[in-house]
Amino acid sequence: MNDNQIVLPIGPQHPSLDEPGSFHITLEGEKVINAVIGVGYNHRGLEKACESKNYIQNLYIIERVCGICSHAHSTAYCMAVEELAGVTVPPRAEYIRVIVAELERLHSHLLWLGVACHEIGFDTMFMYSWRDREKVLDVLAAFGGNRVNYGVNTLGGVRRDLDETILELIVKTLDTLEEEIKLFIDIAMTETTLINRLKGVGKLSREDAIHYGAVGPVARAAGIAHDMRVYEPYGAYREIPVNVITDTHADVYGRTLVRMLETQESIRIIRHCLKSIPDGDITMKVPRRIPAGEVIVRVEAPRGEDVHYLRSNGTDILDRIRVRAPTEANWHGMKHMLEGGYLADVPITIAAIDPCYSCTDRAIVVRSQENTNVMDWKQLRHMSVDYYKKQGIDFAACKL
Amino acid sequence: MLLFLEYIFKIFIFPGVLFLSVYSFVLEFTDRKLYARMQSRVGPPWYQPLADFLKLIGKNVIIPADANRFFFSIMPFVSLAAVTAGFMYVPLFGTSAVFSFRGDLIIVLYFLAIPPLAGFLAGWYSRGVYATIGATRILTQMFAYEVPLFISLLAPALIADTWSVSEITAFYAAHPLYTLINLPCALTALIAFQCKLERAPFDSPEAETEVVSGALVEYSGRLLAFFNMAHSCELVLVVSLFAAIYLPFMTGIIWLDFLLYFVKTLFILVFLTLMRASMARVVINRVITFFWTFLSPVALGQIILNLLLRGVLHI
Repeated sequence: MNDNQIVLPIGPQHPSLDEPGSFHITLEGEKVINAVIGVGYNHRGLEKACESKNYIQNLYIIERVCGICSHAHSTAYCMAVEELAGVTVPPRAEYIRVIVAELERLHSHLLWLGVACHEIGFDTMFMYSWRDREKVLDVLAAFGGNRVNYGVNTLGGVRRDLDETILELIVKTLDTLEEEIKLFIDIAMTETTLINRLKGVGKLSREDAIHYGAVGPVARAAGIAHDMRVYEPYGAYREIPVNVITDTHADVYGRTLVRMLETQESIRIIRHCLKSIPDGDITMKVPRRIPAGEVIVRVEAPRGEDVHYLRSNGTDILDRIRVRAPTEANWHGMKHMLEGGYLADVPITIAAIDPCYSCTDRAIVVRSQENTNVMDWKQLRHMSVDYYKKQGIDFAACKL
Repeated sequence: MLLFLEYIFKIFIFPGVLFLSVYSFVLEFTDRKLYARMQSRVGPPWYQPLADFLKLIGKNVIIPADANRFFFSIMPFVSLAAVTAGFMYVPLFGTSAVFSFRGDLIIVLYFLAIPPLAGFLAGWYSRGVYATIGATRILTQMFAYEVPLFISLLAPALIADTWSVSEITAFYAAHPLYTLINLPCALTALIAFQCKLERAPFDSPEAETEVVSGALVEYSGRLLAFFNMAHSCELVLVVSLFAAIYLPFMTGIIWLDFLLYFVKTLFILVFLTLMRASMARVVINRVITFFWTFLSPVALGQIILNLLLRGVLHI
């Protein structure tokens, strides 16, 4: 470090961060030379807490993994438990899950738009998008009784059925929202100061996105059509056609466009669901004791692919749960995105992956350092193919 | 003795310190309320700026251990004093300011340059990392707007053939149609003033999401209160100067002119607020490019045009 360089600490407490995280930015003038990212201020021990409660009680913990994509996490958890218990969820419940998931995506993306605009000093758009986000939250509150932790999901289905008043409210809200979102897209595509601030900022090319394992809008903005709703459809997404929104800008502007166009797609999906929602039960009985087994579930949360791993041991308490929130996958490319940029672009670059710090923070204890061996991707794949060969399934022909 | 008392009244009561501070609260409130309404928010009640000021006055002043105590505590008052002194040379209604002499336009411009410099020194002597970056940005930004601002204020002076603000106002009040010539530089001056006031989209020196609040990040309590006050007084000075030079329309009746002054300043404020509400923050290096490649040529063009017109008009 020479005399011209200064280290600017952004965080743990800083107005541009919604949650504590530390970014030590080495600056030369206004240019970012180096970025050291420190997360881990928000470890809550969620996974460990889940190991001491029964499956129903865990729903409440899992719903609180994230304050915004709570439904995505609880959906993933419910799907995992249902898979292990061998329960098929009634179709109506699947549809209701999708409707809530898409409403959640709507409010999450509108929230992101507000935060992003605030980061670049465009407070008017921030106020507008949060005003409209309130409308979605009102719908969710009317349906689930709460603004962000709706408590709609339960093991084997959903807890609340859509009635006429809620349906009317959803239809009405979607109509007004559609107009507003059109305005936002229009602003995002025409307002020069906005475009100047976003274009070319926080570049993460297609190759880099694959290299760092980016997910969600960050990957889609780099032209990777990776969306769990299409790639590996679950629930009612098997029947509902979803258009994957991609963009080729591979920067913050691309991420903005992807998110804004996704809100339109969400509105379309909800309308489709409301039209084709089947009648019937909304819940199936799930046994208290879940048979031993393990399962991985992947769900498309608003921020990207959400992975839940669950291992049961035949009792009513699970053995191990691992929650890989989408933000964790996006953190790895952050250093690459920040370096070479300008200080003015640091907040928006951080905000552009829509980081959720507390969802991500985990503690890992490495018990023995002597017997640790590091495997690269090829070896790991080789091992997994061998493992499944022993079980009688041959994955060797699968192309990745 | 009577003259002395009259000056005391003019400096401290009207149109001096008291009027300036009261009107700065009014303008700050109007600005905040308009800004809020443009963002479909409710906005603050009318007494909010005063309440903010009084609250800050009552708070403790914390001076960082590394800071230079003298410069740290004197800067808000330097800023406020410069603005108040500059305000004395600007005619509010009618055509005469409290003080006026040949060349006071230059004095006003120099007084206007002091608040950003005071802000820079305040940030520099705070010795904090955010404050240092904010301070550097203030200077960088000054480098950008100062030249177009000077040129666009001098262009009307060329036609009026005087360097005194009061005389410029008097000249244009006598020939209201001539103000139309200055429209391009009125626009550049408006943008440059917005930049001088460090308001969005040119608020990168105090960009909350990047450098917390820039040069003033270490300030608290009474010192911050006076810095804020100096900032809103600067707003009053800027809109008054703008009104005096670019909108010098008079009726000749004193109370009507006084009313007209409020109409004019609020009218300018609407534009400043609209600019603030409708754009994203411009990155500091783009500010420089923008001012040197767009505003300076426009202002220079105005100077050339006015020089030519001066030849035509004054023959």
